[in-house]
Amino acid sequence: MRFLARRLGFYLLTAWAAVTLNFLIPRMMPGDPVDLLVARLKGNVDPAAIEAMKQAFGISDANLWVQYVDYLGNLFNGELGRSITFFPTEVTTIITGALPWTVGLVGVATLISYLLGTLLGVLAAWKRGSWLDGVLPVSTFMHAVPYFWVALALVFVFGVTLRWFPVSRAYGLDVVPAWDGPFVSSVLYHAALPAITIVIASMADRILGMRNVMVTTLGEDYVVMAEAKGLTSRRVMWAYAARNAILPNITSFALSLGFVVGGSVLTEIVFSYPGIGSMLLKAVENEDFPLMQGIFLVISLAVLVANFLADLAYVVLDPRTRQEA
Amino acid sequence: MNVLEIRGLSVDYLSAGGTVHAVDDVSLDLRRGEILGLAGESGSGKSTLAHAIGRLLRPPAMITAGSVVYHRKDEQVDVLKLAPKALRAFRWKELAVVFQSAMNSLNPVMAVGAQIDDVLRIHEPDMSRKARGERVVELLRRVGISADRRKSYPHELSGGMRQRAAIAIALALNPEVIVMDEPTTALDVVVQRDILHEIRTLKDEYGFAVIFITHDLSLLMEISDRIAIMYAGRVVETGTAKELHRSPRHPYTLGLLRSFPKLRGPREDLLGIPGTPPDLRDLPPGCAFHPRCQSAFDDCGRVSPRLLPGPHGEVACLLNENTGVEVQA
Ligand SMILES: Nc1ncnc2c1ncn2[C@@H]1O[C@H](COP(=O)(O)OP(=O)(O)OP(=O)(O)O)[C@@H](O)[C@H]1O
Ligand SMILES: [Mg+2]
Repeated sequence: MRFLARRLGFYLLTAWAAVTLNFLIPRMMPGDPVDLLVARLKGNVDPAAIEAMKQAFGISDANLWVQYVDYLGNLFNGELGRSITFFPTEVTTIITGALPWTVGLVGVATLISYLLGTLLGVLAAWKRGSWLDGVLPVSTFMHAVPYFWVALALVFVFGVTLRWFPVSRAYGLDVVPAWDGPFVSSVLYHAALPAITIVIASMADRILGMRNVMVTTLGEDYVVMAEAKGLTSRRVMWAYAARNAILPNITSFALSLGFVVGGSVLTEIVFSYPGIGSMLLKAVENEDFPLMQGIFLVISLAVLVANFLADLAYVVLDPRTRQEA
Repeated sequence: MNVLEIRGLSVDYLSAGGTVHAVDDVSLDLRRGEILGLAGESGSGKSTLAHAIGRLLRPPAMITAGSVVYHRKDEQVDVLKLAPKALRAFRWKELAVVFQSAMNSLNPVMAVGAQIDDVLRIHEPDMSRKARGERVVELLRRVGISADRRKSYPHELSGGMRQRAAIAIALALNPEVIVMDEPTTALDVVVQRDILHEIRTLKDEYGFAVIFITHDLSLLMEISDRIAIMYAGRVVETGTAKELHRSPRHPYTLGLLRSFPKLRGPREDLLGIPGTPPDLRDLPPGCAFHPRCQSAFDDCGRVSPRLLPGPHGEVACLLNENTGVEVQA
């Protein structure tokens, strides 16, 4: 438990640093969001409105410390300022609107890819010399091909040519968002192709990584001993070999989970999916600093949370980390 | 009465640099309830032989010839020909193994108690959970580990305790044969003594036979009933511990005896054996030991000595085969 407490302290410190940088960087840059907005509106703005906007963005002439304390207070209440692109919508509103789509699509796809990849990796190592070896050249090929290419190829074949799947949006124009059958099935239908591209593109790494560790683990004495004990091969494979082989892969899994939020940009652009990635693209196009800042903050926190989850997983799965140092 | 008969067993490792003949035409008998010591330098094929007996070898190892016959009360089976299911039953119920390094042979993410329990669960499906728990505690107690340690993970135990735990796992199903591959090499001398003593006591109580592997011949002299000496994948001499100690007939055995300081008695010079073990991919012609042998003569480089029975035990050396000349001490 001391280990976890130490890690937690470290992540809190890192989170604080991220938050503070997020505060400092825009304030050290020339110009401010209001000037930008005014420029975009070609100067036709009432000075009173400008003042109101400055307040809304949390920009004032007060001393930096006062601003910092205000900023932290706002952050605590979930206020990240207002977006320029979608003025006057709050950044928080935009992010909470986009986040579920990203986490739902990329998160679930990453999870599926990880589970499937681990399973195939374990089996490929266990059944070396069987037909499963055929997985390897395919994986190596997929591993080398850029995601973008995979996505476009699938869109072309299954979306444009065969017309099996829709190629853009998160749900059809014919349904209204609600927790009902038509809407949910429309969401799943629209998510299928982007999810498949993510699974296919990222699973190859999982398979190859898991197979490599598993092959090494199979040579360990405790696996030979498990076999010598006359255990069933299922038990030897899972409780002895795979159970140990997943440990080195936890970190890479945490990293890919951490990048779920940030790494969705490409998928969401290809499929015009209304998630964090698309919002980030819009924010960059429009020099929408408040939105960018908010998104970066969420991405950093997601990476930290994922890392903490990895630590938790280690503590649960590897008794050696539970040792009191 | 033999419980295990190894006949003409050969094991090769197929490697890029050539075929390694790690075990070459080995024949050995293990009698019921005895401790058979197996000694030889590092790389002489002891572990390979041990793994072959349990059919635990993995590619690139390949058994190229021979048989391992196990005697039950009313039948005998060739272990190397057992079908998967029969092999699983043979493993641990009739043959258990204590591996060379206990640290590496225990599953690091499983408590030691659970590693005994899963043997019971597979092989004794009728045993209740409670009965299994009691048996685990009993086995641990038997090797000197307290009951509360059953929840400990391998890394939480000392080296000696891990080795004891490995022995407890081996005892779980009361097997007829236990192969122990250097069970004490990594331990300090005091712990080593304790465990050796423990093994003898357990053997007398449970009545299993042991193949005890080590490169420490003086240690074998103390614990074994009979001893087999291996050199370059072959058995070069067998005999009772006493005979081997008193009158070794193979120059290699003599060299091994002199490689270790005596535990008791006057100190002698450590002569050891000059030179290094041969490359198993490319053995010297004739007797594999002749380049290092101080008693070698012309024929040794040409004729391969056979393992022949003598007045006591067997020896593979031309000195004994043709001329009957005694080894020069
Ligand atoms: N996987 C392998 N591939 C090729 N050669 C191997 C392999 N494993 C073992 N060998 C060779 O087989 C020979 C016998 O090895 P083995 O482990 O049986 O020796 P040993 O007598 O148990 O030695 P030690 O006392 O060091 O444990 C050695 O020469 C070794 O180099
Ligand atoms: Mg060995």
